[in-house]
Amino acid sequence: MSTEVALLETDVTEAASHRSPLRRLARDPQAIITAAFLFIVFMLGLLAPFITQHGPNDSSLNAVNADIGTPGYLLGGDQSGRDIFSRLVHSINTGAISALIGTSMACLVGLTFGLVGGYFGGRIRTAIEWVFNLIMTFPGLLLLIVLMPLTKGDFRATMLIFGVLLAPSIYRIVRNVTAGVKNELYVDAARVAGLSTLRILGRHVMPVVRGPVIISAAFLMGSSINLQSGLAFLGVGSTEVPSFGSMISAGFLNFYVHPTQFLWPALLLGAITASLVLLGNSLRDALEGARPKAAKLDSARVRSRGADLSGGNSDESNLLHIKDLKMEYPTPNGKPKQVLKGVSLKLKAGETLGLVGESGSGKTQTAFSALGVLPPEAVITAGSVLLDGRELLGLRERELREIRGKDIAYIPQEPMSNLDPSFTVGAQLVEGIRVASGMTRAQAKERALELMERVGIPNTQRTFDLYPHQISGGMAQRVLIAGAVACKPRLLIADEPTTALDVTIQAEILDLLRDLQQEMGMAILLVTHNFGVVADICDRIAVMREGLIVEEGDVIQVFHQPNHPYTQKLLNSILDESHLREDLTSLVTTSKEQK
Amino acid sequence: MTSYILRRLATGIILAVLVTLITFWLLSFSFDGVVANILGPASSVDAVHVLKSELGLDRPLLVQYFEWLWGVLRGDFGVSYFTSESVQKAVSVRLGVTLSIVLVALALTVVVSVFLGVLAASRAGAVDRLAQGTSLLGNLLPTLLIAIGLVVVFALNLRWLPATGFTPFSEDPRRWAASITIPVIVLVINGVANMSAQIRGTMIGELQKDYVRTLRTRGIPAWSIVYRHALRNAAAPALVVLSLEFISMFGGALIIENVFALPGFGSFAFNSSLQGDIPVIMGVTVFSVMLVVSVNLLTDVVNGWLNPKARLF
Repeated sequence: MSTEVALLETDVTEAASHRSPLRRLARDPQAIITAAFLFIVFMLGLLAPFITQHGPNDSSLNAVNADIGTPGYLLGGDQSGRDIFSRLVHSINTGAISALIGTSMACLVGLTFGLVGGYFGGRIRTAIEWVFNLIMTFPGLLLLIVLMPLTKGDFRATMLIFGVLLAPSIYRIVRNVTAGVKNELYVDAARVAGLSTLRILGRHVMPVVRGPVIISAAFLMGSSINLQSGLAFLGVGSTEVPSFGSMISAGFLNFYVHPTQFLWPALLLGAITASLVLLGNSLRDALEGARPKAAKLDSARVRSRGADLSGGNSDESNLLHIKDLKMEYPTPNGKPKQVLKGVSLKLKAGETLGLVGESGSGKTQTAFSALGVLPPEAVITAGSVLLDGRELLGLRERELREIRGKDIAYIPQEPMSNLDPSFTVGAQLVEGIRVASGMTRAQAKERALELMERVGIPNTQRTFDLYPHQISGGMAQRVLIAGAVACKPRLLIADEPTTALDVTIQAEILDLLRDLQQEMGMAILLVTHNFGVVADICDRIAVMREGLIVEEGDVIQVFHQPNHPYTQKLLNSILDESHLREDLTSLVTTSKEQK
Repeated sequence: MTSYILRRLATGIILAVLVTLITFWLLSFSFDGVVANILGPASSVDAVHVLKSELGLDRPLLVQYFEWLWGVLRGDFGVSYFTSESVQKAVSVRLGVTLSIVLVALALTVVVSVFLGVLAASRAGAVDRLAQGTSLLGNLLPTLLIAIGLVVVFALNLRWLPATGFTPFSEDPRRWAASITIPVIVLVINGVANMSAQIRGTMIGELQKDYVRTLRTRGIPAWSIVYRHALRNAAAPALVVLSLEFISMFGGALIIENVFALPGFGSFAFNSSLQGDIPVIMGVTVFSVMLVVSVNLLTDVVNGWLNPKARLF
């Protein structure tokens, strides 16, 4: 991911996290409604002895299948003449106790062993891992039934065991988070400072683990209540305990005569579990920030504000002409963040333009605009991008596909993340070549091997069948260059093509680009923050700052007489470095000569 | 690869031995109750004693366990205390019923989840909201309620499908299909709810990755980026969820089989446990553990095939 996009994203998340999770939760209507509902329901359960006239198991002959609203029987009576309302309210307590026992047990076991297993590696973790594997292979429901003689039908004991069976899910979360946090610098620092392990776990690890555990606890409460109801439905356990499950089962048998007997417990159970799931989702949103949004793979939205988007009028001697391009990202506070504030660039055929500026100045975003691959949130508000006089802004993805790969190509900054990890290097090249040229598979393979040879990949046949993780970063970048120039594009957009590479390989890649340019007559738009690279290969330079081009001109001219103070500042901060580098290169050459 | 699979199988066998040993130990607490159960309600203390020693249940626990284990290793799981059926045969018949429901449900779950998940992640907007709503709804409704609701509507009121019972495929494929339709739908609703949300999430993550942008700049069509590249990369985590889903469907089949009166593995295990049919319980435990172990192993092997970095061979 390019630094600029990353920067933008941190801006956005920072803005969102200004509010505390609790406040965010309090603003989420879904959280408020479900929490309020659960609170009312559980309060009803607590108040059960005071609001009911009959015990949940008191049966009276007068009340057998009594209608709703019979005096003293608010929701009527069931088949055995028991008060449905009273049973319902007491069932809430059974459910609440089940949820509490099951979830606390799961959290206690999972959290303890997760912290220990995540923090200490080695044998301790291996042993714990085995125990949890064992728990996970136990046929859960079966075990609960087999254990009936031990639990003597008491649902509380059953839920305690069920809690242990649920523990692996908490364990896994805690172990992973702890193992991740353990290697953080601040935990190292705490260890070096001599804090005890217990203190480190409590002060530094627990706060990170807390969020995910709270979220899963909400879901586990739902499954505990459901399991208890399920078992009661099957008739497992004491019949004395009022439960949604046994009420549903009794109501089901009596469904044809009195369907409402089934309806009440089913509705209440459904509403409670649904509320827990929804509350869990709200908790997740509040604690972990907004989940990523789905987006269509499409060219950026263009919203012209009466600016010149017509393009067309081609006085164009330029291959690429970006005119007054303005682009913005929406932010959570509603005020869009202006990223490009009117960028203008011209690039002639066969020419190399260096686009320079510090991180966050909008270089990469300008490049992405030209390629039509801006992130989905981006909105282009004004301007125009002309390729050979043809307006690219506003073209659909389908239309852009015809241009990409053939006329415009792209070399990314980070070679490794830009190759699909699941396909061999060769397969990825072949697909690109076939799409852009319409060659057969065999022809495309031949062309791919040729290209790989051309960009300096040794042992092409073998590399063709390797996966990206099996080759080095430098090789991956060569593969990406091969893919980009496969169909002899007229414009190559290279986004910091050498930044992620070793210094020695950087020079080789620049040489390769220069050679390929001469061979194919491509124009190159080179995005970089390195003046050395600009001096090395560019004809012209454009200096960018905060979404604007502040200076543009011939490389030699700008280097000698920078007009804009920002360019001067940039050059000044670089010159020392290039001075040093000259010494280094002379050192390297002398040492080479000595060999 | 072979050595990896063998190692995993060995681990599985050790797990199975441990699980059955623990189960046997837990069962030992109710030996008296089991014997009394066989003899019926009017059994005398003496009679219980006699039968207990006849069944060998009064010997040291480990001796009994290893005797059982030795039998299992020779392929003899014993006979049911109550029906005198061979445990092996009884279990495999019931397993067939449950698997025919669970496997059909699983296949449908995959198809629907991939469809919904990918659609939601790559179309966004209204399609995304619809798919998310569907999966949320499936998550909100407890299995028990969906099951009973479907029976009430389709079997009792509309009379399109049988409410309960099972017809083997070999007997009458059409009636077989009708008899498993509602149970399958119930399992699929819950399965899709979990899996489509997971696929959607992973797909969104994949589609925002750098390689997708690079593929776009090569002119690769969107269908290929979504279905060939992103889906392939999203498949590995989805597969893990699928394996968990399979195990939970298998476990959850108990309730469904009970509601629909299906003679499946779950209800068989359930009834045997209630009765305390020790040989059957032990046999059922072995099959469940081996099922879990093989599903996990299969998941890892397929995962390695999907994800070159995770290849273990």
